[in-house]
Amino acid sequence: MEEFKPPPLPSPFNNTTPPPALLTQGAEAHLYKTISLNPSIPAALKVRPSKPYRHPILDRRLTRQRITSEARCLAKLIREGVSVPAVLALDWEGHGGTEGGWGGAWLMMEWIDGPVVRVVLEQWEAWMKQNQGSLDSSQIENEEARVRGLLRKMGSAIGVLHKAGVVHGDLTTSNLMLRPSAGASDAVDGTGSPSMEGDVVLIDFGLASQSNQDEDRAVDLYVLERAIGSTHPRSEPMFGELIMGYRDSYKGAVSALKRLEDVRMRGRKRSMLG
Amino acid sequence: MIAIGMEGSANKLGIGIMLHPKDGSPPQVLANIRHTYVSPPGEGFLPKDTARHHRSWVVKLVKQALKEAKVTVDDVDCICFTKGPGMGAPLQSVVIAARMLSLLWGKELVGVNHCVGHIEMGRLITGATNPVVLYVSGGNTQVIAYSSQRYRIFGETLDMAVGNCLDRFARTLHISNDPAPGYNIEQLAKQGKQLVDLPYVVKGMDCSFSGILAAIDGLAKQWGLGGEEKAREDEQKTADSTTAADESLESKPTRADLCFSLQETVFSMLVEITERAMAHVGSKQVLIVGGVGSNERLQEMMGIMARDRGGSVYATDERFCIDNGIMIAQAGMLAYGTGFRTPLSESTCTQRFRTDEVFVKWRD
Repeated sequence: MEEFKPPPLPSPFNNTTPPPALLTQGAEAHLYKTISLNPSIPAALKVRPSKPYRHPILDRRLTRQRITSEARCLAKLIREGVSVPAVLALDWEGHGGTEGGWGGAWLMMEWIDGPVVRVVLEQWEAWMKQNQGSLDSSQIENEEARVRGLLRKMGSAIGVLHKAGVVHGDLTTSNLMLRPSAGASDAVDGTGSPSMEGDVVLIDFGLASQSNQDEDRAVDLYVLERAIGSTHPRSEPMFGELIMGYRDSYKGAVSALKRLEDVRMRGRKRSMLG
Repeated sequence: MIAIGMEGSANKLGIGIMLHPKDGSPPQVLANIRHTYVSPPGEGFLPKDTARHHRSWVVKLVKQALKEAKVTVDDVDCICFTKGPGMGAPLQSVVIAARMLSLLWGKELVGVNHCVGHIEMGRLITGATNPVVLYVSGGNTQVIAYSSQRYRIFGETLDMAVGNCLDRFARTLHISNDPAPGYNIEQLAKQGKQLVDLPYVVKGMDCSFSGILAAIDGLAKQWGLGGEEKAREDEQKTADSTTAADESLESKPTRADLCFSLQETVFSMLVEITERAMAHVGSKQVLIVGGVGSNERLQEMMGIMARDRGGSVYATDERFCIDNGIMIAQAGMLAYGTGFRTPLSESTCTQRFRTDEVFVKWRD
């Protein structure tokens, strides 16, 4: 079987120096690190390559709808002061590498420095497991307090997002980043446990939509709760802290949380029983 | 080890006989017989009529299957039947037949989940080891992957099944249900050229078809393309096929255009959710099972997607895709081999039986 090669980049990214570096590849989009205007300004480039299995008309329609909706959400959130990457440039009809053909759409965004929350929590859980024996109860309490603080910040970041009238649609710990605050010493605290200082930044709005409905907000939270449960078992008991952070972040939070109870009861899908 | 599989969860009654040789060589299909209840154009199959069909054919098919397989009742080890999911009345008639044979011949019963039957048959025929499975039929639409003793559902339809959507549109257009409405839509779609705008509903790894059906039914009505007379006109046109070829460019859509657009839209949705599941679990194999899986356009689109991901698609033809008895025998025998039995008192059937409820003891 032949090796997989990512599709050629749309112009002008097919001849920039240095060439954009592929970071991750999802089902829909490829994420690259590149530069914007000037080599000292890093930027994130999200490319939605065309899907040859789809009818070309349908393909263009969907790609365009999705990339513009993502950009609109981001632009709106930036105006509202939510921490998300700013939109730098976009083309919904990018030209592919070969003879100016249709090559998909691209969206260039502000580069966010820092780890994703998934990595922070994974490091913390691994570190805790390793050092469990040598920590006394006050140290463990102190460590858990730091995680609770992080979860609280995540909750309020999501609250601010919902307040602005946008639901994320795919909240996981991989879509939340921790940007170290400027000026803060990024020295790892003496213990070797990962730092949890900084702002929580929301990324990847590929499935986001504009909505003010409690149902959509509750599903957002439910999806995140399930994601934390399956990837960070040790942090899961502290999910309540995230809820607290969320509750305090805006007025409508209380009714969205009430709906969350219902969503938890039935799951995201119907049970197909009875 | 020999098993009889009895399937009747929808309008197909299938009896199959499988042999799992004792020396561990590959399983063999000894007989695979199917009889389909076909309803008139413009109508679906009703549970009571379908159940009557199954009741009147089941004895005949079992006899014929035994004859074809050249085995006697004594050779048979167990009787496998579809426990669910499916339509209540047809399921029940087949369960009663299975129970009767079990008592008559003194053979043990094995209740099988219909979806697991499809998956196991697909794996056996194609040799795919650990694929992401797209199960698409008249009653089910699921994206499934195996993980720790369960077939887990990653994505599914939020309302109707994709096959149901196609079948019901066939009813709107009065397309024949023989051999299957989906097959006839596929043939008509080959003449379609113009893509009409339809809703496209994917949410994460889930999708929804009821809005699409409403939209295309509306279009058919708006352009006056539904109903019996149009269906007759179509037949005449194909009879003297000299006329219609290129007059229809860029104008009012034809019946073929609607079928084409419907297929392109819903199949794109299915390929998209499958691709997402593949990216999620990191698999490069796709297996398509279920009646809609025999559609060649769907197989082609899935093939392009899989190729671009450096993987490959596994599909089977109508003998194994469309509901059949051997898939029930195959999945039943795998369970039987691990010691699974269904006692007579528990040999019931159920309309709702999720794929992930089955404990898959036979895989690691």
